[in-house]
Amino acid sequence: MSTSVSQSQPVLQIRGLRVDYGYTSDPTHVLRGIDLDLGRGEVLGLAGESGCGKSTLAYAALRLLPPPGLVTGGQVWLTDREGQRRDVLTMTDRQLRASRWVDTAVVFQGAMNSLNPVYPIGVQITDAISAHRPRTTAKQCRTRAGELLEMVGIAPDRLSSYPHQLSGGMRQRVMIAMALALEPQVLIMDEPTTALDVVMQRQIVEQIAELRSRLDFSVIFITHDVSLLIEIADRIAIMYAGEIVEEGPAQALYHAARHPYTRALLASFPPLHGVKKELTGIPGAPPDLARTITGCPYAPRCAFVTDRCALTDPVLTRSGVPGDDDSRRVACHLHDSGLSVPPALATAWPVKEPVESNQP
Amino acid sequence: MKALVRKIIFYLVTIWAAVTVNFFIPRLMPGDPVQSLLARYQGQISASAMDSLYVMFGLDSNASLLTQYGRYWVQLFHGDLGISFKDFPTPVATIIGQSLPWTIGLVGVATIIAFVLGTLLGVILGWRRGSWAEALIPATTFFSAVPYFWLALVFIAVFGVAYPIFPFYGSYTAGLIPGWNWDFIASVVSHAFLPAATIVISSIAGWILGMRNMMITVSSEDYVTVAQAKGLSESRVMFGYAARNAILPQVSGFALSLGFVVSGTLVMEQVFTYQGIGFQLLKAVGAKDYPLMQGIFLIITLSVLVANILADIVYALLDPRTRKD
Amino acid sequence: MSDTVETSGSVLEPTARATTPPIGAQGATTTGSSSPRSTSEDVMPKRVRLVFLRNAKSLVGIAILLFFTLVAIIGPWVAPYSPDDIDPAASMSAPSPTHWLGATQLGQDIFSQLVVGTRGVMVVGFTAGIIATCLAVIIGVSAGYFGGWGDEILSMLSNIFLVIPALPLIIIVTSMMEHPTSWTVILVIALTGWAWGARVLRSQTLSLAHRDFVEAARANGERSWRIIFFEIMPNLTAIIASTFINTVVAAVLSEVMLAFIGVASLSDWNWGTILYWAQSSGAFQQGAWWWFVPAGLCVALLGMSLALVNFGIDEFVNPRLRNTGMNAGRLRKLGIRPRVGFTPVVVTKGRASK
Repeated sequence: MSTSVSQSQPVLQIRGLRVDYGYTSDPTHVLRGIDLDLGRGEVLGLAGESGCGKSTLAYAALRLLPPPGLVTGGQVWLTDREGQRRDVLTMTDRQLRASRWVDTAVVFQGAMNSLNPVYPIGVQITDAISAHRPRTTAKQCRTRAGELLEMVGIAPDRLSSYPHQLSGGMRQRVMIAMALALEPQVLIMDEPTTALDVVMQRQIVEQIAELRSRLDFSVIFITHDVSLLIEIADRIAIMYAGEIVEEGPAQALYHAARHPYTRALLASFPPLHGVKKELTGIPGAPPDLARTITGCPYAPRCAFVTDRCALTDPVLTRSGVPGDDDSRRVACHLHDSGLSVPPALATAWPVKEPVESNQP
Repeated sequence: MKALVRKIIFYLVTIWAAVTVNFFIPRLMPGDPVQSLLARYQGQISASAMDSLYVMFGLDSNASLLTQYGRYWVQLFHGDLGISFKDFPTPVATIIGQSLPWTIGLVGVATIIAFVLGTLLGVILGWRRGSWAEALIPATTFFSAVPYFWLALVFIAVFGVAYPIFPFYGSYTAGLIPGWNWDFIASVVSHAFLPAATIVISSIAGWILGMRNMMITVSSEDYVTVAQAKGLSESRVMFGYAARNAILPQVSGFALSLGFVVSGTLVMEQVFTYQGIGFQLLKAVGAKDYPLMQGIFLIITLSVLVANILADIVYALLDPRTRKD
Repeated sequence: MSDTVETSGSVLEPTARATTPPIGAQGATTTGSSSPRSTSEDVMPKRVRLVFLRNAKSLVGIAILLFFTLVAIIGPWVAPYSPDDIDPAASMSAPSPTHWLGATQLGQDIFSQLVVGTRGVMVVGFTAGIIATCLAVIIGVSAGYFGGWGDEILSMLSNIFLVIPALPLIIIVTSMMEHPTSWTVILVIALTGWAWGARVLRSQTLSLAHRDFVEAARANGERSWRIIFFEIMPNLTAIIASTFINTVVAAVLSEVMLAFIGVASLSDWNWGTILYWAQSSGAFQQGAWWWFVPAGLCVALLGMSLALVNFGIDEFVNPRLRNTGMNAGRLRKLGIRPRVGFTPVVVTKGRASK
């Protein structure tokens, strides 16, 4: 979507993030070492099967993960507007609270549950503003809240409405308006359109794109719907079993997946344009994260499995396909072993010919 | 609107049911004891009072059941609950009028203290999980399972007899003239201390536990996470978002559990010889004073119903979803 | 007591999730609800099943309950004296090796009264509990499942029973009877005590009745009674159990109270009868604590054991209440402070590896 992505200083830089569920001695390791960068003004798509940890990643990076979630390692570097770089995981409560909504805002999946049912939406927008800008008068807050609503296409007189008086689409817009109240640098959207119908989905996605080009914030867009990501995201990261298995520019990743899992995942969605193809599911189930996983977590389901896969977990490295640049990274032994990558995983990109004909 | 109509119908049907139960109980029981009691007072009671007792107990057997039922209602609408046998010839309504304020005052104040205190503790326990206090929660159930009257007995034995700190007989020092003066009020408060403490201690565990569980449940709602994500102050999130929603089931629970509290208080009053409605009820039971028993039952039911209506109003004020346009 | 039920009633959503086969791992095409919460549930279904039995609180409760049950069964044979035996020499004696819990004014052995009286309490409490629970299940489930006018009427009936205070009614009815027996007491308690359970069960049945597996059974042309017994009831087990426990607690308290005010028959020994005699002999003014303290403690202990079992059921039904390893001491040692909105960060080598 946006082509000028400044890679100079990422707004958000996640390094080796590990998260467990459960405070017991046998916790579930839901995130097992995540490295991820979010550039300024960039839209990063995060996709994967249910339970792969994509939402957990977003929550954990903001330290919003509810008990019994526990961050057990890593850093989350956030660069604020003044260019100061700080680790979210070592911030004090006061610092974190001050940074929230000013630097990072969230839009959750369930719009109904994201709004407090007992307060009018106006109150819920203004309390965020007055918490961070205590010198704003009540009247100013309200005016600002009205502007925000107008920005997402809702009449300002709706400020005194309660969440239950709004439709699902409206509630999700209210959430977006609320998230933009303090003009954050990073907006995390966790399945923001899943609960909506297709028409509404489209409207919301377009709205986000429009607002982003106007207000210039970075977005982490989480969804299981990869085809939606292709439209909105600049870059996509694919997660599997608490790890990132592949990341790269959206179009490149979509048309020329490098990881066997990405390929299988994409094959289970209908293509955006062109000829119909047969949809295939992925045989087998993701591994149980409560157990220790040795080797590549995808190995048991992988069509390209090798002997090494069962022994060591591959790390996210540069794609092994000749011609791929640094932006394409894969966690797969087929790419890091110096072997030649199977042709099915080495589709050329960018292609010179029309896209459709190259589809396998 | 529809919900309001339903509520009103419910209240009316409940009143009707309570009155009807009251009408039928003596008619299903063997009539002889009442008959013989009435016979004893024959001549001492005015003819009209006698007549109303006949209506109440269904002794005017020549009238049809329906006529009896109609006359019973008419009598109730005139505030005529019959005449007490025990304190003959005081009207039942007078006895109730004298004792009801004591019970409402005691139960009302104690229940509100227990509710507020228990809810607050529940908020804290539910918000801060994994604290040492959490280990104490199972222990609080011990107190909720203690019979009110037994706790009352223990209190009397400890704070009344062994270490005489608080009075435990009656609702004010005998000989004082009731009035709005300091002596009288101080006496009332000190007399109410042990009974109120009994109610608070044995009912607080339910409020703590209920609120704690609701806080835990509500805390994992998205809107609480959003509130934290907004960087609101801890107290705003805790009270304005989590507790504000968690209290809703607590309020509807308040109305419904009032019946339990009142039941427990009835017997406790007797232990403290506290001249409320429960004390009168048990005296009436002992003296086989049927008109008084029935009058008290009716009044208790109506009081609980009124409390329910109040709780419903509070709930409607707290939850905008009930106020449908 | 009562509001615990309400709480579990209103947050029962996860029940069916815990008892129906977990839907996870079906490939990427499943409409993903992958908030951290559901993720953790998806990952842990295998641990859910036995959590009820592994719950320490429940185990303590069950142990106490079994103890009282045992005493109820063998009480009359193991009691050192007959509860009615009079020993004038022992009148008002404090606990001693001969009379473990002292003696009454008449010189009756209080320990024996307590042991023998256990049976009365347990029989009345559990029988009334069973009858009330049956009523609650019949009324609540049929109101919730069939809906319509029947539901309106049954719901209103149970709400009325909730508002009308049971105890005064019980007192009046039993006092009007010439010779109330244990059965009268049981029936009166059961007939006034079913409403709570019916209310909770109704709302749960209502939410179950519209779930896919029930709709599917209905579409298959299954008979109503089959759907109720084989599709709905198994999912209500936990709530029925907690209803039963709550009615037993209420029944025990009512029964003890009735005996204490002398309305129920005094010829059968139970803990309330002991308290009745203690009160009428002025035991507490004379400091004879051994006369009235043990009986009340037994009531509270029995009630507590039932409440503890209910804790386990609550945590089974509502996974959010489970404290997964939230032992205060352990957490402090690990430096974890569980909070909503501020995920603890604990970097330890042993945990981080893997």
